[in-house]
Amino acid sequence: MPVTRGFTRRDRSDPRLPPGQYNTGDGWPVLSYEPTPRLDTATWTFTIDGLVERTQTWSWADLHKMPPSTYQGAIHCVTTWSKFDMTFDGVSVDTLLDLASPRPEATFVMARSHTGYTTNLSLSDVTGGKAWVAWAIDGKPLPVEHGGPARLLVPHLYFWKSAKWVSGLTLMDHDEPGLWERSGYHDRGDPWLEQRYQGD
Amino acid sequence: MDRLVSTAIPPVQPWQLATIVAVRQETPNAKTFQLNVAGPHNFVAGQHFIIRLTADDGYHAQRAYSAASPPGQEPLEITVERLPGGEVSTFLHDGVDVGDMVDIRGPIGGHFAWDVSAPILGIAGGSGVAPLMSMLRAARAAGRSDYMTLVVSARSPRDLYYADEITGPRTRVAYTRTAPPGDPRGVGRLTMEDLAPMVHVRQQAFVCGSPAFCDAATMLLDSLGVPAYDIRVERFGPSG
Repeated sequence: MPVTRGFTRRDRSDPRLPPGQYNTGDGWPVLSYEPTPRLDTATWTFTIDGLVERTQTWSWADLHKMPPSTYQGAIHCVTTWSKFDMTFDGVSVDTLLDLASPRPEATFVMARSHTGYTTNLSLSDVTGGKAWVAWAIDGKPLPVEHGGPARLLVPHLYFWKSAKWVSGLTLMDHDEPGLWERSGYHDRGDPWLEQRYQGD
Repeated sequence: MDRLVSTAIPPVQPWQLATIVAVRQETPNAKTFQLNVAGPHNFVAGQHFIIRLTADDGYHAQRAYSAASPPGQEPLEITVERLPGGEVSTFLHDGVDVGDMVDIRGPIGGHFAWDVSAPILGIAGGSGVAPLMSMLRAARAAGRSDYMTLVVSARSPRDLYYADEITGPRTRVAYTRTAPPGDPRGVGRLTMEDLAPMVHVRQQAFVCGSPAFCDAATMLLDSLGVPAYDIRVERFGPSG
């Protein structure tokens, strides 16, 4: 890539920062494409369907009866900010998938939101302790602008994969682009490989 | 909800070089850059481009900027707000002159895009006016200036982007801190009274600005009966 005249490295010695990212510090920028919805936990549901043995739908109360799971660490947004030392509480996607029992041919998932937002992931990116349905941040309810009452959390990928206001996962035997992926964003979105856009 | 993506989006182009051909001070805090892009970069009004800066050791930083110029018009125009400590915006403001080259990629984005096919209402706060300016210019270029109604919120007259061009019979400017002498509206944040005369049934609304501005504007639209599926939002984050 050609050098930009006069542009020099800014100190980013923090080894936790993937390439092209900066530390946003205390700020937590908001990025989403739709009006912020108002969802009621009394009627909120989360569904796993598609290529599973048992389609499962959980209520807000159902999910809170499951074994809790916590993620502590960083998140990375494709708009180039990263944020460290976050603590999310929720339930592991593994726990939910175990109950739905994916069929052997399931290899990808489409995450869906109550707003109509979609984003695609490989099944292996949401299993093995790498993904959560999260409803609390630093011990407090997840604010609606950050996806509350609950969002998908897949922190090893760029954060648009962590669908806000998540409503479910559909298991598929093929990959299919979600909303932003159809607009040019990368199908996988690994920040360490800087997979921001198609072709990266 | 496939209606969220109604505009055909071309595939993303690889990185290419852009030459800065003009720079103008848009407001005390923002500069507009005109870029000559040699390769294909066809876009739909509302889409954005990525600008990448590269140091001689390979270190790089990139940020997204909406096109402010209309599709099909050269040079491509972007407006950059100078953000305190912003690595890319401060470099573009302080370190870039006519003749310099930067990497560019795009267009990117599909939900916040309009092809002048039906009337819309644009609502912009501050720097969020850039993609809506592309839409307004596209509408005027297509002879459909009647298709674009625009409500712009700005702190003061000197903070209004594209001030020479943006005004017109279908543009309403709401000043939040300082209004020009004699402005009957006075000053203050956007209200229902600002938007009510502009809202029409089955007309899509495009809202762009800070997250707080977008949330306030979409709540006003909701109160005026605009359904969520007719509202598209682009939140401009502090991404430096």
